[in-house]
Amino acid sequence: MVTVQDAWDLLADVPDPELPTVSVVDLGIARDVHYDGDRLVVTITPTYSGCPAMREIEHDVKARLAERFADVEVRTVLSPPWTTDWITDAGRAKLAGSGIAPPGARMLPLLVQGRPEMCPHCGSTAVEELAGFGSTACKALWRCTTCREPFDYVKAH
Amino acid sequence: MGDHAVDALLRVGDSCLVLAQRLTAWCGHAPALEEDIALANVALDILGQARGLLTRAGEIEGAGRDEDALAYLRDAPDYRNLLLVEQPNGDYGTTMLRQLLFDAWAVELWPALVFSTDPVVAGIAGKAAKEAAYHVRHSASWVVRLGDGTEESHQRMLAALDMLWPYAGEAFLDDEVDVAAAESGLMPLPSSLLPAYRHRVESVLAEATLPVPPDPWWQRGGRQGSHGEHLTYLLAEMQVVHRAHPDATW
Ligand SMILES: [Zn+2]
Repeated sequence: MVTVQDAWDLLADVPDPELPTVSVVDLGIARDVHYDGDRLVVTITPTYSGCPAMREIEHDVKARLAERFADVEVRTVLSPPWTTDWITDAGRAKLAGSGIAPPGARMLPLLVQGRPEMCPHCGSTAVEELAGFGSTACKALWRCTTCREPFDYVKAH
Repeated sequence: MGDHAVDALLRVGDSCLVLAQRLTAWCGHAPALEEDIALANVALDILGQARGLLTRAGEIEGAGRDEDALAYLRDAPDYRNLLLVEQPNGDYGTTMLRQLLFDAWAVELWPALVFSTDPVVAGIAGKAAKEAAYHVRHSASWVVRLGDGTEESHQRMLAALDMLWPYAGEAFLDDEVDVAAAESGLMPLPSSLLPAYRHRVESVLAEATLPVPPDPWWQRGGRQGSHGEHLTYLLAEMQVVHRAHPDATW
């Protein structure tokens, strides 16, 4: 029988539609995998209320798991709410490697977006916000004042 | 839970839906690319919140209406949104002031809804609370920038305040639906959010060098289904495709 671990291995290959360098596991979108009888149940959670990619993620997860599992159900849950704290260390490294600054630590109050630790291009800590909203719900636009390059930042959330 | 719960959820959900529809009209027209993107992001978040609440209202109602039936097949008198959110976009300052007056309410409401006795509503609120906090940071910063900006932008913000202020109080006027929803633990009593709202809005206006207008007779009725003509036009545009092709899929 294919195991829950096999399912996790397959999920680790399902890219996020909007941040394709990281997987749904790296981002902490895939929350749980278990068997309910013969049915494999996968729980996913949206990053933001309006994340337009959820449907596609659900479809991609199902399609990928269908390669080895006959009966798959994907459940979407809202609670507990997704947080950037769930992005794995591997996910953070992949983001940085593709020029996207991973989220910094969340500050108190929890609701502040934090700041990038460094420029993902040159490593400088001299960075400033250009715009609070970016090309996807989870990102803001920042720039490095050392190398002058702009970069995407995954907001601490 | 019963009718009061459905009405109470639609009051919030419809307010989010109508505001999201208003904001999307800026897509491709905002004064700067960054703002175009910002408003599209805010609209998406608020639309997502609306979808959750409308879906939940339909489940509790138990009449088989899903989010689409509620969004596309109700006429204006069945909408329960605040009058504030149906007000026209106007110039960018007007849109940002309207947004601040909404966000400052949302940022108090959602954290309270995290403690709703309805677990689905609490789940929606857990996400929305973080989003609302981010939104109000954006709208407040624009009200300050434009209010404390040039003579021209200051005058425009004064005009926007004059137009929108009478709509700022409706969200905090309790009626029997609100009392029932509060007693069941579904939602906080609207008036309980007012002190924090007032404090936040007055602080932003002060920083924006804009005067806090005296309390007017607050415009009301949207939450009971009495709307201005603006909503009819907005709904016509939002609903026309769905109504023309009721079972279309793609
Ligand atoms: Zn740099």
